[in-house]
Amino acid sequence: MLVQLTVNGKVIKEDVDADLTLYTFLRNHGCYSIKCGCETTNCGLCTVIMNGKPVLSCAVLTVRADGAQIETLEGLQEEAAEFGAFIANQGADQCGFCNPGFIMNALAMFREYEDPTEEQIREYLAGNLCRCTGYEGQTRAMKAFLAQRREKRTAQAEAGSAGESTSEGKEADRL
Amino acid sequence: MITIQNYVKAESLEQAWQLNQKRSARVMGGMMWMRLSRRKVQTVIDLSGLGLDKIEETEDEFRIGCMTTLRDLELHPGLSKFTQGAMRESVRHIVGVQFRNTATVGGSIFGRYGFSDVLTMFLALDAGVELYKGGIVPMRDFAAMKKDNDILVRIIVKKDGCRTAYQSQRNTQTDFPVLTCAVSAAEGRPARAVIGARPGRAVVVEDEKGILADGITEESAKKFGEYAASSVTFGSNMRASAQYRSMIAEVLVKRACLALEGGTSC
Repeated sequence: MLVQLTVNGKVIKEDVDADLTLYTFLRNHGCYSIKCGCETTNCGLCTVIMNGKPVLSCAVLTVRADGAQIETLEGLQEEAAEFGAFIANQGADQCGFCNPGFIMNALAMFREYEDPTEEQIREYLAGNLCRCTGYEGQTRAMKAFLAQRREKRTAQAEAGSAGESTSEGKEADRL
Repeated sequence: MITIQNYVKAESLEQAWQLNQKRSARVMGGMMWMRLSRRKVQTVIDLSGLGLDKIEETEDEFRIGCMTTLRDLELHPGLSKFTQGAMRESVRHIVGVQFRNTATVGGSIFGRYGFSDVLTMFLALDAGVELYKGGIVPMRDFAAMKKDNDILVRIIVKKDGCRTAYQSQRNTQTDFPVLTCAVSAAEGRPARAVIGARPGRAVVVEDEKGILADGITEESAKKFGEYAASSVTFGSNMRASAQYRSMIAEVLVKRACLALEGGTSC
């Protein structure tokens, strides 16, 4: 069956088998960040963002994803690098095996919730099995990341309003 | 893993029904469970192009399309308000957000799985199942029916003013439940407890003896828990023994009753 998907902004048209999973399709197209960790639709390692929502690519048929916009870690380098580096600096990743899926799901959460609660963070984390961390480190690091993001936003807003009042002052001077 | 020869995105329910009359055809929901089978499917039928992925709320009812995802059930403000948060509580422990973004209510209900949190919840809500040929069937009857080749179109929840509370127990987060339990009470019908993951399909126990008729107290909730647990058959599997499940059922029914009285879902 002929399908057309947009993967990280690139349109791909291809004739695929009815039972080809999105996971295999994406790996065939060079998205090696996606891994299949459990084969039981549980571990979250194969997380991709499909039409804005995180899904398990191992459970999605490519034919059903026809027409969809797919984002993988390869297409979110900037966002992923910022968050991934922060998590690493916090010592919240260990072996790193679950990281690609975990980062994809975290980025999806940041898009859904501007300022998620601890409960929402834990609910999102539940979709990514991690054998090393016990999730405490990840939860703590995510909260720290969000706090840092809030501070940046506040600083930017303050700088913006200061800029506005400066330009308002200049306008007033001209009058 | 499942092998599939042909995929058809149905253009109408009639087309889907016609295709589904062949033994080798299957209607796909979210494919979360079906894909793990070793079955060879000739034709898989996808209903995702029929606009059945929405929750419609009217003055009298909720009409939940079969392709609605569990995540949409979880986040729907109207359902959350109507069930005092019990709907969200019933699905939020199912694997993870990514899983619930794909798993569908139709797939969960049509499968009539023993472990289903979703079936337990909708039984408590006294919901109806709209079948393409079979019309609207009470969820309780549907749960007892053998699987056939009809198409599940919608779930219908009447706004009967019922109060609902949901409880479940898992050995570990995101695992299948050891036991699921929902309690509901509405004007004009006896209070009911629904117990699932026994590990068999969820069953309804109505308060025929009027244990809760004079109000929910610590004592009446405990008695109803004992009554519900003694009215249900439990089995053993790798997650828990029948005896353990029976004891847990007493406790969860009691807690759900007290949550009902307290106006919280869990």
